[in-house]
Amino acid sequence: MIMGKQKKTSEIIVQIDGKKVKAAEGMTILEAAQKADIFIPTLCHHEKLEPHGLCRICTVEVEVRGWTSLVAACLYPVEKDLVVKTRSEKVDKIRKLILEFLLAHAPNSLQLQDLAQEYSADPDRFEKESSFCVLCGLCVRYCAEVKKKNAVGFVECGARREIRFVPEIAATECINCKECFELCPTSYLQAAFVLTESLAFSTDSSPTAIKK
Amino acid sequence: MPRINSAAELEKLRKGILSKKDPNKPSIAICAGMGCLVRDKGRIIAAFEEEIDKKDLKTKVGLRATGCHGFCEKGPMIVIYPEEISYVEVTPKDVPEIVSRTVLGKKVIDRLLYTDPDTGKKATHQSEIPFYKNQMRHLMGNSTKIDPQSIDDYLAVSGYSALSKALLEMSPKEVLEEIKKANLRGRGGGGFPAGRKWETARNAPGKEKYVIVNAHEGELGAFMDRAILSGNPHSVLEGLIIGAYAVGSHQGFIYARHDAPRMKNNIDIAVAKAEEYGFLGENILGSGFDFLVEVHLDIGIFVSGESSALMRSIEGNPPEPRPKYIRTSVKGIWEKPSVLNNVETWANVPLIINKGSEWYTSTGTARSKGTKLVSLSGNIVNTGVAEVPFGTTVREIVYGIGGGIPKGKKLKAVHFGGPMGGSIPESLLDTPLDFDELAKLGAPIGAGSILVLDEDTSMVDVARYFLDFLSNESCGKCVPCREGIRQMLKILTNIREGKGKEGDIELLEEIAEVTGAASLCALGKTAADPLLSTLRYFRDEYETNNESVKSPAEKRE
Repeated sequence: MIMGKQKKTSEIIVQIDGKKVKAAEGMTILEAAQKADIFIPTLCHHEKLEPHGLCRICTVEVEVRGWTSLVAACLYPVEKDLVVKTRSEKVDKIRKLILEFLLAHAPNSLQLQDLAQEYSADPDRFEKESSFCVLCGLCVRYCAEVKKKNAVGFVECGARREIRFVPEIAATECINCKECFELCPTSYLQAAFVLTESLAFSTDSSPTAIKK
Repeated sequence: MPRINSAAELEKLRKGILSKKDPNKPSIAICAGMGCLVRDKGRIIAAFEEEIDKKDLKTKVGLRATGCHGFCEKGPMIVIYPEEISYVEVTPKDVPEIVSRTVLGKKVIDRLLYTDPDTGKKATHQSEIPFYKNQMRHLMGNSTKIDPQSIDDYLAVSGYSALSKALLEMSPKEVLEEIKKANLRGRGGGGFPAGRKWETARNAPGKEKYVIVNAHEGELGAFMDRAILSGNPHSVLEGLIIGAYAVGSHQGFIYARHDAPRMKNNIDIAVAKAEEYGFLGENILGSGFDFLVEVHLDIGIFVSGESSALMRSIEGNPPEPRPKYIRTSVKGIWEKPSVLNNVETWANVPLIINKGSEWYTSTGTARSKGTKLVSLSGNIVNTGVAEVPFGTTVREIVYGIGGGIPKGKKLKAVHFGGPMGGSIPESLLDTPLDFDELAKLGAPIGAGSILVLDEDTSMVDVARYFLDFLSNESCGKCVPCREGIRQMLKILTNIREGKGKEGDIELLEEIAEVTGAASLCALGKTAADPLLSTLRYFRDEYETNNESVKSPAEKRE
C-alpha cells in the first residue's frame, strides 16, 4: 500500500519551512513537500516503489504537540499541526555526514557530488573504499515490486551487505529487461550485471553449466 | 490425559500430583543449565542415571535435570532433597559416593560443599552461600524443584493457578489494570510499561491480535532469559496466555534462538503438554477463551531481536527493522496489533496475578518494581545468573553476590546492556539498579547483562569490541547505522593500534551523534552508546591510549 493512494482522504494543513501546505491524510511529508514544490533530497526514493527509509538523506526536523524529532520525510505521515523544517543545523549535519559516508564508496556518483556541494560535504573525509554501490536498493526493490522477479537482491548483513544478481533468475529475466539500470545512482549495477553474466550465465540451462 | 475444563478439575489434578509426591523421598536435582552442561557435557546426569540403575533405586530415588540454578561459576551443581544439600563442582567420579553416602546414608560430603573464599566457611545449603543469600528469587526460586519437561512439576508449585484466576475470576480489563498497577516494565531493554503496551494493542482496531515472547536474547553476556525459558518454560507460557486474554489475542508466538536446541526442545514439550492439559487450545479451563502458540526460530543475527525485525521474521521476511512511525502494538505482524514482551517480562505476569499488584510493588524502587535478573560475567569471581530486587546497589551485586574481582585486582568499570549499553566507573558503584537512574548515567540496564571490568581493561577496546560485534550483527539496511559503525570502528581500531590522529575524538562524537539521531531502528540509535559512555567517563584513555591494557576478548584467550 502506497500511503498517498488511500481511498478516503481528508485535508490536513501542515507547515513546511514556514509555508502552509495542504496535504491529504495518509500522505508522507515528502509527498506533501513535493506537491508544494519544496525540495527534500532523496537517494533511495522512487515514486513507483514503497518508501523504504534507508538512505536517511531525507531526514527532516518535525514538531508535533511541542515535541521535536528527526524523522525520515519519505515515511513520516502528515498529521494535524505538524511543523516541518526541511533544513536546520541538525538536518544539514546529518545530510553532510551521510554524503561523506557514501562518497567514500561511490566518489564518482554525480548525484552525490551535486548534493555534496549543497551540504559542503568533503568527498575525501573518509578513506576511500570504492565498492561503487551505495546500497540504495532501488534495483532490488524495483525488480521485486514492479517487475516481481527478484532477480537481484541483498546478501549478507551489517557492513558486509551487498547486492547480487541471482544467476538462475537473471539468466532468463534480465537480458531483455535491464530497466533497473537507469535507476542506479552509480554505475555499479551495470557492472555487477555484466560480471554475473560472464561468470554464471549460459545458454545451456543444465545445472552444471549454470554453476560454472 | 483429558483436558482440564474448570478450576475445580485443575485443583483436583494438582492435589493428585501432590499426593503422589512423597516429601521425604530422596531426590537429586542436577543443574542442566547452559553453563553446567557445557562444562560437563551432561556426563553427571548420565552417571547418576547409571548409578541409580545399578543400585536398583529407580523407585526410591527421584532424579531430575533442572533448569539453571544460577551459580554457573561453581557448576556443575546439584541439590539433594529432602535435606536440600547443595554440592558444587561435581564430577562423574563423585556420583557413586554421593548416592551411597548422602542420598542413602544421609551424610554430608564435606569436600563437595561450597567454601566461602573469604571466611573459609562451608555452606551445606544454597541459601547459606553468599551468592544466593543476597538475592530475592521470585522467578528463579523454583529452579531446583522443576524438571522443565514435566508439567506436573510446574503444577506442583502452584503452576497455572494464576491462569485459572485470571480467566475464571477476572475480566480482561481487570487483568490489564492489575498489570498496570504493578507498573511492570519491559525487561528486554527499553523498560517500557507492559500494561500500556497491552492497552494500546487491546484498544487498537481489528479482531486479530498477536502476543509474542521475545526469547531472542542476543545481548552479549546475557543469559538469564535462557535460564528461565529453558528451566521453567511453563511460567513464561502462563504469563503469555494471561496477557493474550487481557489483550484479546488468540494467537501467540515464541521467537527463540536457533542455536539453543535444548531450550527449543523444552519449549516444544511445554507447548505440547499445555495443549494436552487444556491450558492452550479452545475453551481454556472452560472459560470460553481460545489461544494457540507457535514457536519460531531466528536466523541468527543480533538485529532479529529488534521488535519490528522480529515481526518481519515471523512473517517469513528477512529480519530487517521497519521504520516505526506506527507502533507495533498498533500495526505489527501482518499489520495487526502485536504485543512483544521479553521472556522475563512474561514470567512476572503469573506472580502479579497470583499475589496482586500491591504485593508486587512492595519490592523495588519508586519507578522500577519487582526483581530483575542479571547475568554476571567478565572479571568477577562468581559468574552466573542472579535475581535481585530493583534498588540493590551495583556494588552489592558485584561484591555481595558476585564476590568481587578475581586476583585481587581493582574494579575499573561495570558495563550494562551489552553492545547497546554503557559503562559506569567505580565511583558510581553505589547507584541502585533502576531503569531510570542507570539510563541517566548513560548505562541503561538493557536486558540485564552485567560485564565487570578490572583495572587492566582498555575502555577504548570495550567500545571497539561492541562496535565490531554490531558491524556484523546489524542488518546493514540504513546508511547512518551501517556506515557510522564502519567508520567509528575504523577510528577506534586505529587508536588502539597507536595510529590515532588529532581530531579523532571529535569525529567519533560527530558520527555518534548522527548515527544516534538518524538511524532507522533502536540498534542504530544506540550503537554508539558504549562509545559515548566510555568517552564520558574514561576520556583520558582515548587521549593517551594505553597499550598495556587488554580487551575482554583478548583476556579470555
